[in-house]
This record gives sequence, structure tokens and C-alpha cells, in this order.
Amino acid sequence: MTMTPLTFVLIAVIGLLGVGLYGLLISRNLIKMIIALQILGKAALLAFVMAGDANGQTGQGQALAMTVIVADTIVAVVGLALAVQVRRRFGTMDIKALSNLKG
Amino acid sequence: MIYIAGFIALAAVVCAIMALRAAKTLVSALWLAGTSALVAFALYLMGAHEIAVVELSVGAGLVTILFVFAISVAGDEALDVRTVIPRPVAITLVIVTGLLLAWFTVAQPIANLIQPIAPSIVVPLADALWKQRGLDVLVQIALIFGGVLGVIGLLADGAEAGSQKSEVRGQIREEEAQQ
Repeated sequence: MTMTPLTFVLIAVIGLLGVGLYGLLISRNLIKMIIALQILGKAALLAFVMAGDANGQTGQGQALAMTVIVADTIVAVVGLALAVQVRRRFGTMDIKALSNLKG
Repeated sequence: MIYIAGFIALAAVVCAIMALRAAKTLVSALWLAGTSALVAFALYLMGAHEIAVVELSVGAGLVTILFVFAISVAGDEALDVRTVIPRPVAITLVIVTGLLLAWFTVAQPIANLIQPIAPSIVVPLADALWKQRGLDVLVQIALIFGGVLGVIGLLADGAEAGSQKSEVRGQIREEEAQQ
């Protein structure tokens, strides 16, 4: 396998996806989970721009990346608002404690 | 130049790891801002200048401010180190996912996977966004409105609960004063 310049970016994309997925799986804190989701979003952003470059359709890749940025930001905003409400109502941000609640 | 972009993107991975390893969520949010800044720099070096500017201002700026605000409101909570999913299972899942991604992309010749559909024509981002992906722009607008309405609904619920509590406290004080 020859190491093209885009291969480094591709390795970084896979690394960011791995780190984000691992964080999403092991985190118990709601805010840490949102941070892991943000890392996954960064990986998708880089992947779209890189795929656009590799495919010769730079504009398409960048337009999709713009959509990813907007969606990722909305996910963060709504997720953080939910985390604050959960903390106010239940007094914890531990997802294990939340899953044990009844009603 | 794109080699440097690759190395900077790899540095972003290190920042992301530090964001998850940090014990305090505020420190995690700052490492996440570093990740966003490095990703924006890599995007700039790859030629996506507009996306880099938006990512730097929104990803490293706005989202970080929101994280700091949420952490200051909700407080930092030190949780038990035990995880819901056992670490070996999580690591196995991540390794399997990474290997599948690598097999689909790196291990196979990229030229066979990504064939140019048409001769490479450089379409400006504005044309691609407004003319070719107009539906995406509408979805983005709907997402922004939906997000704003959702946050207003959530915060208004909290404000109502707070005002109800203050009303109850006021009634208790009045009753105590009458007694």
C-alpha cells in the first residue's frame, strides 16, 4: 500500500471515529458522552472533505461538511440542555443512576 | 501541504484522546476545543477555507462556550470509574470497527473504491451549496429552528419549575408570618 497524502487524513479519520466510539461506549457522564459525539462529528467532517477531494468533487464534499457542522452543533446544544435539565431534576448526570429510575 | 494537514489531523486525534482521559469535564471541553481548532487548521490546509472558518468559529468557539456554560450550571460531577459496558468489550468493538473501516478504505486501493464519476470540475462551494444541494440548506434551516425551539422549550420548563418553587416558598413564608 502506498502512503498517499490523503492516507494520513484517512488514518486520522479512523482514529477520531475510534476514540469517539470508545468514549461513547465507556462514558457514564452525560457531558462526556456529548463530547464523544462531538469527536465523532469531527471525524465525519474530515471524512466528507477528504472524500470530496479524492473524488474530484470538492464543492459537494464541502457542502455536506457544512451540513455536518450544523447538525453536530444542534446535537450539542440540545444534548447539553437535556443534560442540564437531567441534573436539575435528578441531581446526577450518571447514566447508570438514570437508567435505574422508575417513572 | 496536505501531508502537514494529515499530521495536524493526527494531532487532533491525540487531543481527542486527552479530552476523554481528562478527569474534569471542563478540562475535557477545553481539549475538545483544541481538537476542533486542529481539525479546522487541517481543513484549511486541505483547501476547504470556508469550512475551516465555520468549524473554527462554531466548533471551537460557540460549542466550547456552550459546554462551559452547561458545566457551570450543572456542576462537575466525579463519577465512579466503573463503566456500564466492560472495557474489553468496548475496546473489541472499537478495534473491529476500525479494522472494518481500514479494510474498506486503506487496505483496498483507494482508486478502485472512489472512481471519479465525471471529469474533475471544480465547483465553488456557494454553487454546490445553493444550486446542487438546496435541499440540504432547507434541512439546515429546519434543524436550526428545531434546535432553538427545543432549547427554549427545555429552558422554559426549567424556568417554570423554578418560578413554581419560588411561589410555593412565598406561600409558606406568608403562612408562617400569619401564624
